[in-house]
Amino acid sequence: MTEIDPEQNVAPGEPHSNILSETTAYVIGLALALGLTAVSFWVASTSSLWGPGVAVGLVVLAIAQMGVHLVFFLHITSGPDNTNNVLALAFGVLVVFLVMIGTIWIMGHMNDNMMPGPEITNLQMQH
Amino acid sequence: MSTEVATIGLTHGASEDTGLGHRGPESKSIVVPYGFWLFVLSDMVLFSALFATYATLTNATDGGPTSNQLFDRNLVAIETLALLISSFTCGLAMIAAKRKNMAWTQIWLLVTGLLGAVFLFIELYEFATMVGEGAGPQRSAFLSAFFTLVGCHGAHVTAGLLWIGTMMAQLWAKGFREHIMRRLLCLSVFWHALDIIWVAIFTIVYLIGTLP
Repeated sequence: MTEIDPEQNVAPGEPHSNILSETTAYVIGLALALGLTAVSFWVASTSSLWGPGVAVGLVVLAIAQMGVHLVFFLHITSGPDNTNNVLALAFGVLVVFLVMIGTIWIMGHMNDNMMPGPEITNLQMQH
Repeated sequence: MSTEVATIGLTHGASEDTGLGHRGPESKSIVVPYGFWLFVLSDMVLFSALFATYATLTNATDGGPTSNQLFDRNLVAIETLALLISSFTCGLAMIAAKRKNMAWTQIWLLVTGLLGAVFLFIELYEFATMVGEGAGPQRSAFLSAFFTLVGCHGAHVTAGLLWIGTMMAQLWAKGFREHIMRRLLCLSVFWHALDIIWVAIFTIVYLIGTLP
């Protein structure tokens, strides 16, 4: 491996050059990810939180943990050597959100509009 | 590439580099992992379609078992832990490989593979239990979507395990050659990406699916 030059592009997943800071980055990432996972499982099982907000909180925690993985494990940074990696990631995230939110939005409205009434809705949804 | 040109960065406003490829293409050790990164991102787009399908069909249980009755959070916690720590040891393997330390690279790759195998074993156990209870993929649209989404991730982990084994053998036989290092880097990107997808799965499928 060549010395990392901040003026050059860097491949995604390429570790830093100093062994101590490299290992520290992975340890910090592991600690953060473990913490976020533990909080997720706690949030899902506790009854002390406001019920309807729990699902939203879990999604936020998951997105935070994905960010931790990207930064500490895949070494995606905001530096100039990472511009191409970040742009590709941004496009990927855009498509992922379009597909997921678009589908849930449209299918939710289709269900609302197509279903005759609550009692029959329940029957139809089961097929 | 001359050294003078090589030091000119894309982001320097006053530089002569127009960003139009004056410097020529990057080296293969940058281009290949970047191409693989594009593949991984498109793989995530594929998973987003499966997630969207699953989210639309969670209530279509056809009178069969629901997510609340099927999923065991303790098993999922162990799976999550195994995959997360395997992501960490995969990083350690990359650190060792960069320093051309064969013993530690092989050890960490082996640990990564074993933890991946633990994950896969638990997942297959869960699938077998569900099918045994009559909750197989043909039971309802919800279960079809579940087995497609989680099974697709499991298939990726299986491919990752095969890849880890291959890389261990190639490292052993050929040493830290440049093209082997490229493959190793791609493998680590793949493995970390699998963990990122698992975060979405355990949150959306298992935790939100088992909320009271």
